Amino acid sequence: MEDKVVEIRGLMKSFGDLDVLKGVDLDLHKGENLVVLGKSGSGKSVLIKIMVGLLKQDAGTMTVLGKEVSTLRTKELNALRLRIGFSFQNSALYDSMTVRENMEFPLVRNIKNLTKKEITMKIEGLLDSVGLPQSINQMPSELSGGQKKRIGVARTLILEPEIMLYDEPTAGLDPITCGEINTLINQVREEYNTSSIVITHDLTCAKDTGDRMAVLLDGQFDAVGTFEEVFPHAEDKRIKSFYDYNFINS
Amino acid sequence: MTEKAEDRKPLLSKKIDKFFTGLADAWNFVRRFFKEVFVPPYEFREVIHQCYRIGVESLPLISLTGFIVGIVFTNQSRPSLSEFGATSWLPSLISIAVVRAMGPLVTALIAAGKVGSSIGAEIGSMKVTEQIDAMEVSATNPFNFLVVTRVIATTLMIPLLVMYTDFVALIGSFLSVSANEKVSMTTFFVQVFESISFLDITSSVLKSILFGFTIGIVGCYKGYNSSKGTEGVGRAANAAVVMAMFLIFIEELLVLQIVNAIRAF
Repeated sequence: MEDKVVEIRGLMKSFGDLDVLKGVDLDLHKGENLVVLGKSGSGKSVLIKIMVGLLKQDAGTMTVLGKEVSTLRTKELNALRLRIGFSFQNSALYDSMTVRENMEFPLVRNIKNLTKKEITMKIEGLLDSVGLPQSINQMPSELSGGQKKRIGVARTLILEPEIMLYDEPTAGLDPITCGEINTLINQVREEYNTSSIVITHDLTCAKDTGDRMAVLLDGQFDAVGTFEEVFPHAEDKRIKSFYDYNFINS
Repeated sequence: MTEKAEDRKPLLSKKIDKFFTGLADAWNFVRRFFKEVFVPPYEFREVIHQCYRIGVESLPLISLTGFIVGIVFTNQSRPSLSEFGATSWLPSLISIAVVRAMGPLVTALIAAGKVGSSIGAEIGSMKVTEQIDAMEVSATNPFNFLVVTRVIATTLMIPLLVMYTDFVALIGSFLSVSANEKVSMTTFFVQVFESISFLDITSSVLKSILFGFTIGIVGCYKGYNSSKGTEGVGRAANAAVVMAMFLIFIEELLVLQIVNAIRAF
């Protein structure tokens, strides 16, 4: 299909004796929010780290925006990375820099000839859109977990990526902040026309943000489809227990 | 080698393997530094920021230590010289000792403790909190921004700090000599400069450059390769200090042999 922005085929990755991904196939379509679910340590984050070239697969292909990631040279990989936004699990804000400097960092290094005024306008605009205009001069240590996540997302959006990768966006947050982050993920898609992969084990987040779910179990995608197709009537015990835990225990 | 065969290897053999793997890793890290130091973009602002942190922020500690070293060394040397009625040689003795060995060594050891550990901990914590990965995925070269800038800063600033330490130690020594031997400042410093040669100053500066490079590269290497969460950060900081100090002493010994050979020649 022409509208595929990510195409994964037969992807394998091991760490020592541990086979994490055992021949994974998956597609991400343009404008879609795809949620990848799975237990901790199931290889969800490994998948998106391979997508941006932080890790290399052992076998298989990972084609992102028409380019096979593992064959790219550093310059080509960096050009591809500019088209992908990566929101890290712990936000990964540079803790020796203010929020402004955090957001300036990728901008001034990748887009030349921007005036100070243009940079400030861009930063302020993005902070407005994530609802934190007042935090521009704060240090990351002065922000709450939810605020850090928002700033992390704003920092990745500054380069106007076509694909957004969210690694556990709601991990460690209270339910209300989780809801706000879910809204932000949907808002980003609408405002910036991004295609997204959301890595999570939080089914509420999956339900609120995902067009399609893909459940990663024992190194393979066992179920792929809409939330309704995958969860409520799941026959696979592992998927069922996942659903029961999230929606009965919560 | 299969996993089982690897398990059967004797402990000593494993340790030797680990040692040489570590050595090869460190060598590749140093090579990467020399490769990337000439590759744009040049992070001048970050180099200046690091020079400030390493140089200016170390001044209070270096000043106090240098001053005390000057006074203590003078006071410790006085009884031995006075036995031969040679206390007038104190300025010469102190200047040679401070410029040739004590200034560079004391400064480098203090910097290894203060700067090396701080670099190791900072980069280590950036590594375990994925800040280095965040730089990489935003198409920025983290090695260039974090390692190259810090190593350049330590290589530039340690020689300046050494010269400053030498000066402060000589002031400390002068105060002690002046109080006990009633020597004027002019007499003291004339004797100081008559005793030290061009080779002393050159070797001291070159040695300091080597010490500065060592402190920077070891701190960055340990931080960049840290793992295992916060425990790993602590270990990186500690290893950065221990390894840098160890290498500084070895370098001091080697430089001394080379300088003595030049002097004899």
